[in-house]
Parts: sequence; C-alpha cells; structure tokens
Amino acid sequence: MAKAKDTLLDPLLNNNPIALQILGICSALAVTSKLETALVMSMAVTFVLGFSNIGVSLIRNHIPTNIRIIVQMTIIASLVIIVDQFLRAYAFDISKQLSVFVGLIITNCIIMGRAEAFAMKNGVGMSFLDGIGNAIGYSLILLVVGVCRELFGTGKLLGLQIFSVLAEGGWYAPNGLMLLPPSAFFIIGVFIWVLRSFKVEQVEEERH
Amino acid sequence: MPKETIGKTFLVALLLCVVCSVLVSAAAVYLRPTQAANKNLDRKKNILMAADLLKEGLSVEEAFKSIEPKVVDLATGEYVVDIDAESYDQRRAAREPAESEEVPPSEDIASVRRKAKRASVYLIYRGDEVRKIILPLHGLGLWSTLYGFVAIDARDLNTIRGLVYYEHGETPGLGGEVDNPAWKALWNGKQVFDQDGNVRIEVVKGKVVPNRPETRYQVDGLSGATITARGVSNMLRYWLGKDGFGPYLDRLKARGARHG
Repeated sequence: MAKAKDTLLDPLLNNNPIALQILGICSALAVTSKLETALVMSMAVTFVLGFSNIGVSLIRNHIPTNIRIIVQMTIIASLVIIVDQFLRAYAFDISKQLSVFVGLIITNCIIMGRAEAFAMKNGVGMSFLDGIGNAIGYSLILLVVGVCRELFGTGKLLGLQIFSVLAEGGWYAPNGLMLLPPSAFFIIGVFIWVLRSFKVEQVEEERH
Repeated sequence: MPKETIGKTFLVALLLCVVCSVLVSAAAVYLRPTQAANKNLDRKKNILMAADLLKEGLSVEEAFKSIEPKVVDLATGEYVVDIDAESYDQRRAAREPAESEEVPPSEDIASVRRKAKRASVYLIYRGDEVRKIILPLHGLGLWSTLYGFVAIDARDLNTIRGLVYYEHGETPGLGGEVDNPAWKALWNGKQVFDQDGNVRIEVVKGKVVPNRPETRYQVDGLSGATITARGVSNMLRYWLGKDGFGPYLDRLKARGARHG
C-alpha cells in the first residue's frame, strides 16, 4: 500500500517530471499563457499518460523487444488522436487555441519515458498510478506557470478580472513579458530553485 | 512460446494496429457530426466577427439573423437565385467536378488550385441598407491553406472593414498571429483598389511607413511569418481581383453609380 502511495505521489515534488527530470518543457512553454489552456492540456496529458501506461503494461510480456518503441508510440498516438477528436467535438474553442499542441502530446517525452521506464516492467495497477502521478506532477507545474502568466500578464484568471488594470482605470500594469513563451522558462526556473532549496537532495553535484 | 520470433513480432504488430485503428476510427466516426456542427457555428461566428456584429449576450444564431447569405456566380458577378444560399457549401462545391473549375497555374497566385464556380457572400444590413459585404477567401500560407473572410464597406466597395481567418494550420506564435486581435485591427479602413481599379492591398515586410500615398493600401507584416503574410496578400489579390469577386464588385459599383 505504501508503495502504491509512493508511486502516485513521488512524481509531485520528489521526482517531478518537469522540475527534476526536465522533460516535457516544450508544451509547458507553449500552452501556459492562459490558465484555461493549461488546465485542458493537463487533463489531456493525464488521460493519455494514465491509459498509455495501462495499455503498455497490459501487453508488456508480449511486446517483442525490437519493435517495443514503435508499439508504445502506436498506443500513445492512438490515445492522443482520440483525445484530440473529443476536444474538437466538445471543447472546440479551446482545441483551436491548443491547435497543434494536442497532437504534439505524442512526442511529449514524459509519456514515452514512463511507458519505457515503468509500464514495461510493472503491473497494470501500479503503471496506472505511476501514469496518473506523473501527469499530476506535470499538471502541477503547468498550473503554477499558467496562474503566474495569466495573472501577471493580463490581471485575469480564467478570464475573470482579478487585478484591475491601468488601462481600465485600475492600479495594475500588466507585464507583457509574461504572455511570451520565455517567461515560462523563468517561472519554471524559479519553481525548481524554490523546490531544491527545500529538497537539497535534488541538487546535482557540481562538475568541473 | 518464445517471445522473439519473426512470426510473433508480425502478429503483435498486426493485432495492435487493428485494435488501435478500430478505436481511432470509432472516435472519429462517432464524433464527426458534433465536430461538423461546431465548425459550422465557428464559421458563422467568424462571419459575425468580420462584420463586427458579435456582441456579448447575443447568441450566434440570433446575431446571424441580420445577415443575408447570397450565392454569386464568380464569372458573371450575378446572384444565383436557384440555389439555397443558407445551405450552399462553397468548400464542398470546390471539390465537385461539375461545380468547380481548375485554376490555371499562371493565374493561381494564391495556390487555390481548384475553385467553386459559385461563391457565398454575406450582406450585412442596417435597416434596409446594405452596409458591409463579407466575402470568403482562401489560399496557401506556409504549411496550410488559410480560410477566412474579408468585410468590405458596401458604400464605396473599396474600404476594408475587417479580416478574419477561421481555419488554418500555421505555426502558433508566428504565422498563427494572423489571429492576433491587434494585427486584425490594422485592417479596418485600408483601401483595396487604386483609382484605376487595380488591387493594391498588401501586407508589407516590417512596419508600414506612415503618411505615404501607398500607406492606405498597406498593413504591417508579421515578424517571423513572411511566407504566411505573403499568402495573405496573394489571396486578397486573387479573390478581390478579376478571377475572384472582381466581376461581382464591378457589377455592384456600376449599379451604385447608375442609381446615385
């Protein structure tokens, strides 16, 4: 039971896919200018990661080693297409904003990484927990970045005005840099810095 | 059974492909009607956006009532009366051999390749008077064909009132900036034709130099998206020129001159 809990919760802070493994940065930059898109992206990745781990784990004893990467990719790609189709049907505006980035979940290193590193060697239940855990770890960063960027870039959250902006007679001057992709680098950098100040064991040894 | 034989490798690959393709096609087939309805609603919403008619609290269907769809024969510029304009689908017609024609490569500046002989136009009324005319256009950008609408002022048939794209596959942040509200706002008030009736409107590279005679025909470029911007210029030149809506606009101008 303790192991299941570790599998699920370790990827949040102790072994976060973005903050420690530095995977999946690309989409963390691209879809976080607004909280709404970050939220939908998080849900899409959670679905794909959970079920791709189940799928890979289910047939792990039958996957021939020489085509295992292709098999994993096929499962992941199918799931991503299904998610994309659902978004187009039920969340059309958001799927337009996310555009190619839903499709690009296929190439998100976290998903492939978990399939290869965990689901190929573990049972279905544990693989599912591992997938969900890593997806929540990924979502955590996405949401933190999304909140910072939307709030400081526009003074809004989920489209609702939080800070009254100067242009409308308020006090807050929106920071345009926050809406540009580089700002996500700064926020993720600060996040990693704060995290590693508390969890010193995550700091790499200095190499000269 | 050993894990690694060639036969088993093929079997696993085959089974996996069958299962995955069934799942993917089931999702695609089952969700297609909802997606099509969304697309249709989105197209209407974009017509309203080009016309600057989209207001909060007003549903798209409701707002669309002040718009009259019409079908125009591109070659003659006359309205076609025996087609239901409401349901006419220009993009589907462009794929039907009987309803479309090949665009000769020498004239095909916007890479349209094949175009419907009849096109949809949308008239925006205020009271009894037509205020704006919305024309559909499409053409190749960098990666994809961009589909959009341009709104022309009905009084002079020359001033642009808006330009929107409702479907494209350009790079977000570069060519995708055709969706940027700040850039779209630059189009309002720009002129399409010079005195001799040539299509002059274009997207320039970099910023437009103000206060020049040609300033009124020019819109700022999109940085990092030269080819998409060129595509936008080309499709405006094509669709507002003699092979596109030129005859239709000429006919409206002649009629306006006769009456006024």
